[in-house]
Amino acid sequence: MKKETMNSMQRVLTTLGFQEPDRVPFFLFLSLHGARELGISLKEYFSQAENVFEGQMILREKYRDDCVSNFYYGPSEIEAWGGEVLYREDGPPNSGKPFIQNYSDIDNLQVPEINEIPVLQRVLKTTKLLFNEVQDTVPIIGVVMSPFSLPVMQMGFDKYIELIYRDEMRFRKLMEVNTRFCINWANAQLATGATAICYFDPVSSPTIIPKELYLKTGYAIAKNTISQINGPTATHLASGISLPIAEELPITGTAIIGVSSQEDLTELKSSFKNKLTVIGNLNGIEMRHWTEQETRNNVIEAIRKGAPGGGFILSDNHGEIPWQVSDDTLMTISKTVHEHGFYPIGRI
Amino acid sequence: MNREKITNALLSVDQVSVRKLILDYLGNNDPFEIIENIVIPAMEQIGIGWEKGEVALSQVYMSGRIVEEIVDEILPPSDPKRKNQPKMAIAVLNDFHLLGKRIIYSLLRASGYSLVDLGHVTVDELVEEVITQNIEIILISVLMLPSALQVKNFKEKLAVRGYRPKIMVGGAPFRLDKQLALEVGADYTAVTINEILKVINNIVGVVS
Repeated sequence: MKKETMNSMQRVLTTLGFQEPDRVPFFLFLSLHGARELGISLKEYFSQAENVFEGQMILREKYRDDCVSNFYYGPSEIEAWGGEVLYREDGPPNSGKPFIQNYSDIDNLQVPEINEIPVLQRVLKTTKLLFNEVQDTVPIIGVVMSPFSLPVMQMGFDKYIELIYRDEMRFRKLMEVNTRFCINWANAQLATGATAICYFDPVSSPTIIPKELYLKTGYAIAKNTISQINGPTATHLASGISLPIAEELPITGTAIIGVSSQEDLTELKSSFKNKLTVIGNLNGIEMRHWTEQETRNNVIEAIRKGAPGGGFILSDNHGEIPWQVSDDTLMTISKTVHEHGFYPIGRI
Repeated sequence: MNREKITNALLSVDQVSVRKLILDYLGNNDPFEIIENIVIPAMEQIGIGWEKGEVALSQVYMSGRIVEEIVDEILPPSDPKRKNQPKMAIAVLNDFHLLGKRIIYSLLRASGYSLVDLGHVTVDELVEEVITQNIEIILISVLMLPSALQVKNFKEKLAVRGYRPKIMVGGAPFRLDKQLALEVGADYTAVTINEILKVINNIVGVVS
């Protein structure tokens, strides 16, 4: 078996420079599985920064992947705005009833102060603990919801789409406060040790809005926001397609694109060549019932298509692996990368 | 009428033009003729675009909203001319992501069907609603995987009480994993507008 000659940070930086590192870097975004490792409920897990830190370290040691993350759950940002979060034991906490019920509620929105929000403070504490432990050897991935995608949780998807089309003034006002919050939140994570920020922006995907509308909205907002984030960003469209906006995405200032399992990796690599590093695209939902052989085949196919030439990180297609994915499957992913992911990628 | 014109107006979310095109055509025609010949074909064309990745979800949603409003105007919800069909309801299970449900609700109402909107419900609430309202066809929309997995639990709880409505499921997890609908015991699933209309016509035929 070939030997690793780089640490995770060197491996990731090499691939980001569109060069081939020692082996294909892979990120397992396991925001929930740490609770299982510690034998506690998800609610208890997320109640202490130390739990999430410990969970991340155990998972990394077990699966030997190339990042750790301070990510708790999407609606943590909704808590910051005073919204409701609903816990469950079989998946990530979900946002509750949207706190913007009428468009007029937007008029009085104030940007939340990060240092006043307990859950955000816990995330920052986890970030610090992770940094103290891994320093510059492993990338620490922070996460923000984009200003353009956050309203799905703030007001509900249906009402938000209608707002975009029917009330430009209030849409602009909402984007203004969300952008200020997003920049503050991203920079707070970077200041406490995050290496890069994952900019979750599913609404910008052509799966959700047409390109013409994206250019006037999500694209312009991403350019403005990302330019004020004091570190590298990875845009993730959370299972949404990206090829129709492949020319525009690099111009937003992002360095990495999270891609969908519904698009072909060969085509994605070719479209983003030397512009963006591609991260993806194992199907996290299907992964729940993959056999060992299917897991190996899917990982090998992704490596074969994505890895040559660098600019590739193997991961799932959504940025979060479901709670229902078994340890055995995760272990098979890891083993397959460690067996077949060394450069140069030959005929596998 | 040029169907292309109305489809393009819908895709541009141009409510004023869509309304004018439909009302101009209405004249003395039967509202159902308009639904069958104009509204459904336009929505189907948009559905084909969504299937091919050429049309976005926001356009599908806004098109549905626009035609729903216009159809309500020309064929009020209580109009006896609406389709005679088994009692059908739609709900979002466990989460607050209502978009998918809203799209299907609009589409079916714009196609002349009547259905009860149960909103956002838990498994137990949905069981009670199905029983007390004697629902024969239940459409369940989800966004999150754990919610999708709860459909199995819903079906089992109904079975214990002796109820077996037809269950149709939809939403992102079902689109990403083709085996999931079978896994949770749903009778039907569909991804595209055309499939959905076809499946609903089929279920209505079976249950009637």
